[in-house]
Amino acid sequence: MSTAIELPHAKRTLANGLDVVVHEDRRVPIVAVNLWYHVGSKNERTGRTGFAHLFEHLMFEGSEHHNGSFFKPLQEAGALLNGSTNADRTNYWEVVPTSALELALWMESDRMGYLLPALTRERFETQRDVVLNERRQNYENRPYGMALMALSEALFPPHHPYHWLTIGAVDDLRAMEFEDVRAFFRTYYHPANASLALAGDIDAGEAFALADKYFGEIPSGDKPRPVEADASVPREVRIVLEDRVELPRVYMAWHSPAMFADGDAEADLFADLLANGKTSRLYRTLVYDKRIAVDVSAYQHSRELSSFFLLAATAAPGQSLTDITALVDERIQHLADEGPVDEEMERGLAQAEAHFMYRLQTVGGFGGKSDQLNAYNVLRGNPDFFAGDLERYRSATRESVRDAARTYLAFDRRVLLSIVPRGQAALALPGSEPVTVS
Amino acid sequence: MAVDRSRPPSPGPDPQFHFPQIARHTLRNGLKVRTVEHPGVPVVTAAMQLDGGLGADPPGREGLASMTADMVDEGTGSLSAIDVSDALARLGAEYDVEVGADITMFTLTTLTRFAGRGAALLSDMLTVPSMRASDFERIRQLRLDRLRQLKDLPPAVAERAFLRLLYASHPYGHLAIGSDASLRELTLDEVVRFHKATFVPRRATLVMVGALPHADLLAIAGDAFERWNGEDSTSDAPPAAADVAPSAASGGRLALVPREGAAQSELRIGHLSARRDTPDYAPLLVMNAILGGQFISRINLKLREEKAFTYGVRTGFDWRRGLGPFSVQTSVHTAATAESIADTLQEISALRGDRPATPQEMSLAQASLTRGYPRNFETTQQVARSVSQLALFDLPDSYFAEFVPKVNAVTVGEVTRVARTYLDPSRAIALVVGDRKATEESLDALGLGELHVLPPTG
Repeated sequence: MSTAIELPHAKRTLANGLDVVVHEDRRVPIVAVNLWYHVGSKNERTGRTGFAHLFEHLMFEGSEHHNGSFFKPLQEAGALLNGSTNADRTNYWEVVPTSALELALWMESDRMGYLLPALTRERFETQRDVVLNERRQNYENRPYGMALMALSEALFPPHHPYHWLTIGAVDDLRAMEFEDVRAFFRTYYHPANASLALAGDIDAGEAFALADKYFGEIPSGDKPRPVEADASVPREVRIVLEDRVELPRVYMAWHSPAMFADGDAEADLFADLLANGKTSRLYRTLVYDKRIAVDVSAYQHSRELSSFFLLAATAAPGQSLTDITALVDERIQHLADEGPVDEEMERGLAQAEAHFMYRLQTVGGFGGKSDQLNAYNVLRGNPDFFAGDLERYRSATRESVRDAARTYLAFDRRVLLSIVPRGQAALALPGSEPVTVS
Repeated sequence: MAVDRSRPPSPGPDPQFHFPQIARHTLRNGLKVRTVEHPGVPVVTAAMQLDGGLGADPPGREGLASMTADMVDEGTGSLSAIDVSDALARLGAEYDVEVGADITMFTLTTLTRFAGRGAALLSDMLTVPSMRASDFERIRQLRLDRLRQLKDLPPAVAERAFLRLLYASHPYGHLAIGSDASLRELTLDEVVRFHKATFVPRRATLVMVGALPHADLLAIAGDAFERWNGEDSTSDAPPAAADVAPSAASGGRLALVPREGAAQSELRIGHLSARRDTPDYAPLLVMNAILGGQFISRINLKLREEKAFTYGVRTGFDWRRGLGPFSVQTSVHTAATAESIADTLQEISALRGDRPATPQEMSLAQASLTRGYPRNFETTQQVARSVSQLALFDLPDSYFAEFVPKVNAVTVGEVTRVARTYLDPSRAIALVVGDRKATEESLDALGLGELHVLPPTG
């Protein structure tokens, strides 16, 4: 039984190129303001990694007409706000009481149009140190925290913009010049490279008028050239990293279809049937029946240029990564040979339908309706894809999932990363090359 | 029309918001049911809150409540653990368990059309779990393995050690997961008995929130739970941790869990402070918002925006039925460890005396607490959680509507008074999880007394 699941909206592009997308939802007297800039760490260059994210921090330090913390007036208006940077985009959002919508638009438009006069070297250097703290806290001082860094470096060649993580390299962050901020802002932070979504207690006419009022005066810029890059792993690469951990873990990573491309939804579906919940194939085998692993996870990391599929399992005490890998491989081979069974497809579809519905519950914040509309608009060029997105899952078949697994989960085109306790490199998969990341 | 950029526009008057109307019911078996109509998205959340959380763990059996809660989705009737997981997945359900200090809460969210099946499944899981020995042993082993992994996670190490320093042997003084020693001692029989004593209708409140009329929500609850006949034998029920008075902390004021070569120091600073039923709840919220409860607050501005010692710092009350802590939580650059502690204590002192809250700080804190309040009522999960909190802390149904005026009525004088009454830097405990060699000397110089070096397991 299928339900109509929709995210109705209206879109208009201002004369300066700013896309405005509006969704009306009057249940709570709040409006979500969500602004995407189509720039992320993929737009950085070697030697200056981490810049897009550091720049995001600077966006909260003041602009010409409000030369002080971005948080203060908004917090005082009862807003919740945040921002984030990933490889593909940078987003900023506020959820405000309807009565403070114009304040939020004023603030966002001021930093889009007039950021540079307020930026000082001192603010730049303080935020660089804050980011170095963030890096230590979330990567260096966290068990398995360097895994994604090692995997990205093995999956993507040095010139590829997914070779580095968004947080950047310490040396690069230290080497950044205050002067670099100016060019970056001019290139990427202008209406033609941005998309504004408003969702909540507002109608389209009012929203377009307010967007035009606050953002219409900001001069347009040139749309940055799309980034293009190819990557492949032509063989099985085995690497090992020592870390401050108790239990060894093996990561397996494959290149997989880009976000929204053919096979992307199938990869999502086989991630679930392999490792989501006790009923999944790998949990059942590794953790429930054989008890040789304490956890297993699988995830399709969907991204704009290309995705990667990541599977990870942590060894139970005394168990070997070799045995775990052999069992995982056996289960993957079975999936590639036979495909899913009907029950697994039904389960996957039920979960997809429910989760799309759950996604309609919040207007703002990370993953709320305004964020989803911007994701479709920026990464597909059209916000009208909510139903189409779900349709990708509804139209997947046993055969299409089997074929995707067969195509993408090849044993001879993957990276195997062993993370082992310090001084115990012997616990890694045989033939693993030691790597260092910092 | 040109935008006036001379200053940001002031927000208009706060919009009207109607807080959810709560209907109260009691089933024949004594189960309290609260229903809330939440139209919009066809989703229903059922939240079952049971008296008895980690504070109900007997001494030496820390982890019992959590282990019992974990056994709930390990099989019921003819369904194995795998079958339960499969049944939940087929409903597209989101199932969540939370073991708090005073209660355990099970939450199940489904599409409205599956709400009846979801509630029936939840009822089977909660009221007649299989409690098989093989599942018990597997879950215990996974928890022991998890504990082993947590030894490398600085926030987890800090939480465990800090609770111990604050509470000593009080029943609140441990993490829900328990310890290696206590988990090894636990028996399935103890879990079964704990389940029998605490999973009873009279100790429970079921909150149903969704896009259905009250009557339909109640009917779903009734169909699922009216046959639940847990015995109400108070003799087996665990004592309420909230009634136990904590003894004075005796472990000194400065402690360190060594983590050689750590990139940062994980910090906890604070002391036991207030019960949730304090009449000073609203002034304490305002006081905390000014001190460190939000981005624009004294301690975050000092440690992050001025000194760049950290990615962020927050202060807060961990509200419990009994006495709960006020604490500062952060992770700072190793070289800034001692200075961060000193700055934090200084900010606490200042708010109590020589730098009381300014009118600007008052209005910022009050506005940020109240103006955004309605956004906490967007999803069925949020509403179910808020309504469950009323049951947890015995608050009236009018609580939501009264929150905003109460917070707005707080005065500067009250903030100073509660800062003096509930915060005391002279008895605050500072805990560091970090590199001993790199921090020891500067920590000694803080004047907080002897540095107590704790074992790595906390």
